[in-house]
Amino acid sequence: MPEPKLYFEDFEPGTVIVYGPRLVTREEIIAFAAEFDPQPMHLDEAAASATLLGGLGASGWHTCALIMRMICDGFVLESASMGSPGVDEVRWLKPLRPGTQVRLRATILDKRASNSRPDRGFVNYLFEMIDESDAVLTTITTPLMVLRRVPGTAA
Amino acid sequence: MKFFEDIRVGDVTELGRYTFSPDDIKSFARRFDPQRFHVDEDEAARSHFGALCASGWHTASMWMRLAADQRRLEAEAARARGEALAQWGPALGFRELKWLKPVYAGDTIAYRAEVIEARVSNSRPTSGLVVSLATGDNQKGERVISFVSTVFVQRRPEIP
Repeated sequence: MPEPKLYFEDFEPGTVIVYGPRLVTREEIIAFAAEFDPQPMHLDEAAASATLLGGLGASGWHTCALIMRMICDGFVLESASMGSPGVDEVRWLKPLRPGTQVRLRATILDKRASNSRPDRGFVNYLFEMIDESDAVLTTITTPLMVLRRVPGTAA
Repeated sequence: MKFFEDIRVGDVTELGRYTFSPDDIKSFARRFDPQRFHVDEDEAARSHFGALCASGWHTASMWMRLAADQRRLEAEAARARGEALAQWGPALGFRELKWLKPVYAGDTIAYRAEVIEARVSNSRPTSGLVVSLATGDNQKGERVISFVSTVFVQRRPEIP
């Protein structure tokens, strides 16, 4: 594994970076749904138009997975990432339709060193998937766990 | 599919089990979460996880897969009985998702959903909001994932 470029110390609260764009195709929406969320609104235009979604839209879990991929390509793979303990909140605000060029706006809300483990810290992020007209489709609020370059002392 | 009026707080649905094979884990991770501990056994062995483990989004997505299968079975059974079907969804999102323990290659996760709140929607009078605690436990009985999910469920139309 190459030496990571980004450690806990390198994440600055207040930083906003936009990643992408990425085109989301009809084929990938249907493929994800067939494997992980086989409901009519994610699989078939005609069936989807009769649902509350009002037409084919990506599974909300697909939007989460796409955000994960976009942050991997954006910065996670070159960071000393240790994964994440969870997600505070995910909001599926608007459907992700086929053919949308999505971007990902990543805002560092705050960060803190771990109380129990001096080798790591938590970086709290707001991720917003936005479309071509800057409408927010999905938001994720989550802490990422990242190694410290210089371990501190446990609190 | 049940209507809102047929759903009670405390209802538990066992959604079934899923075993995460190394190929499944790597296939999901290569597409959506190619961190070294999700795509490569040797790298994973050197990581803090100690062995290949599933992306948390994979663990969560399999809950959705089994929940969708369950909804389809319920819909087919209701259709066979000649009953009206309620519309479910879309979900508004979820909160308090916790990846409590890694899901390692070979682990079998038992998924379930428990209704913790049910109320009429202010924004959609024809629907109710059903809040569920979604969970997954491994073969040792350890909880590996939990989250709180909120979904619209159609109310039974009033018979005049």
